[in-house]
Amino acid sequence: MLRVEHLRIGDLSPLTFKVADGECLAIEGPSGSGKTRILRAIADLDPSQGLIFLDGAERNEMPASDWRHHVRYCAAEPSWWTETAQGAFADTEKPEAGRLQRLLAALGLAGSLLNRPLSMVSTGERQRLALARALMDDPKILLLDEPTAALDPQATALVEELIKYQLLSGRGVILASHNRAQIERLAHVRLLLPKRPRAGTTAEHAA
Amino acid sequence: MSYVPLTTTDLMLAATLLIINAAISWFFRLQLEKSIAIAVVRMVVQLALIGVVLKFIFAQTSPTWTAMLGLVMIVGAGIEVMTRQTRPLRGWQAFGLQTATLFFIGITVTGLGVGIIIGPDPWYAARYVLPILGMVLGNTLTGMCLVLDTMTETASRERGAIEARLALGAHRFKAMSNVLHVAMRTGMIPILNAMATTGIVALPGMMTGQILAGVDPVEAAKYQVLIMFLIAGATALGVVCAGVGAIVLLTDDRHRLRLDRIRKKS
Repeated sequence: MLRVEHLRIGDLSPLTFKVADGECLAIEGPSGSGKTRILRAIADLDPSQGLIFLDGAERNEMPASDWRHHVRYCAAEPSWWTETAQGAFADTEKPEAGRLQRLLAALGLAGSLLNRPLSMVSTGERQRLALARALMDDPKILLLDEPTAALDPQATALVEELIKYQLLSGRGVILASHNRAQIERLAHVRLLLPKRPRAGTTAEHAA
Repeated sequence: MSYVPLTTTDLMLAATLLIINAAISWFFRLQLEKSIAIAVVRMVVQLALIGVVLKFIFAQTSPTWTAMLGLVMIVGAGIEVMTRQTRPLRGWQAFGLQTATLFFIGITVTGLGVGIIIGPDPWYAARYVLPILGMVLGNTLTGMCLVLDTMTETASRERGAIEARLALGAHRFKAMSNVLHVAMRTGMIPILNAMATTGIVALPGMMTGQILAGVDPVEAAKYQVLIMFLIAGATALGVVCAGVGAIVLLTDDRHRLRLDRIRKKS
């Protein structure tokens, strides 16, 4: 379970909420309301004040790299540091045999995509490859920033199916999305961000 | 062979060539007249001053005086590393790290070159120590500036890729490894090019000086080879220290990329 207490990020009002195992919390709000900043702060990619606990352990109790192994941030526009996606997957330590093939199949991606230069892979395919990359080493919490922004309806359905499966297998998910219908389909809890930050924003359980 | 000393009249005659600079600036409206004047006055004053200071220090043959001028040169080089960068890192840590690096490299490489290899008597003879320290510092700082500029620029451009690796749980050194690779190559290339082309396009300054002073060209070439080895080694050390130091300063203990530590373009 991920528990966030009085998380202060820049001029946003302090945030307190929790995400249980197998639960999906959706962060809603207009552009510029701080959705990405919240996800980045939870992954400890930006300095922030407040406490974040994962299964009772505060983020500062463990090395940052361990924290990010468990609490995995997926950027809206994934970046790559290698010529082909294969190189980026090689970074993962001791990947479970066949896991990558299963993830690619679930996302509707051909295995040959791994060896194609990333500049020749479409935006939507890159976004799905990045999701597979994020799931390779079994994170406990997924922080998904607009995970289907670049996808067509068919690929969106596959990604949502995969997210549902991750929830069933006990992972917590925090989803930042503009897509109302997607939030309806996936989220158990919602966090609504005001356009102008006000004091004391907390999560309310959806009716 | 004899050494011809220059008179003040000789220098005045050479200074008339500056009229060309002034004329070009005026004709093309470059508005560089003021800059030319300042640069010329600075050069003359600085060189005259260092000439007098070195004459004094050579006369002392005291290790204290040599060490003091050496320290001034090292701190000056540390400041130069900061001012030469287009977007230096904020804070005293960057300056401290660069100066400490230059100090360490300047002392060890000059010590090796003068104390062990050349071996003048006494070993701290300022006539050998200071010029070699100067050449070591000058080349090392050029390499360090190139590395630091490349690091800050590449890290800004590759922010997404670096943070993607950090988000996947990579250590900061692993996440920045591509940036470090590019920067270290950039820092090493000038000295490699200098070694490959030296003697073909132009004679190095030190060798020219020795030849003008009446030294046998073969002896002068031997000295130049020694200096090239020294500055190549020093540059390599400077490049590594600057690269690794830049990673430490561009990230924090929670392995976050901290581009806010780079000074904004002025």
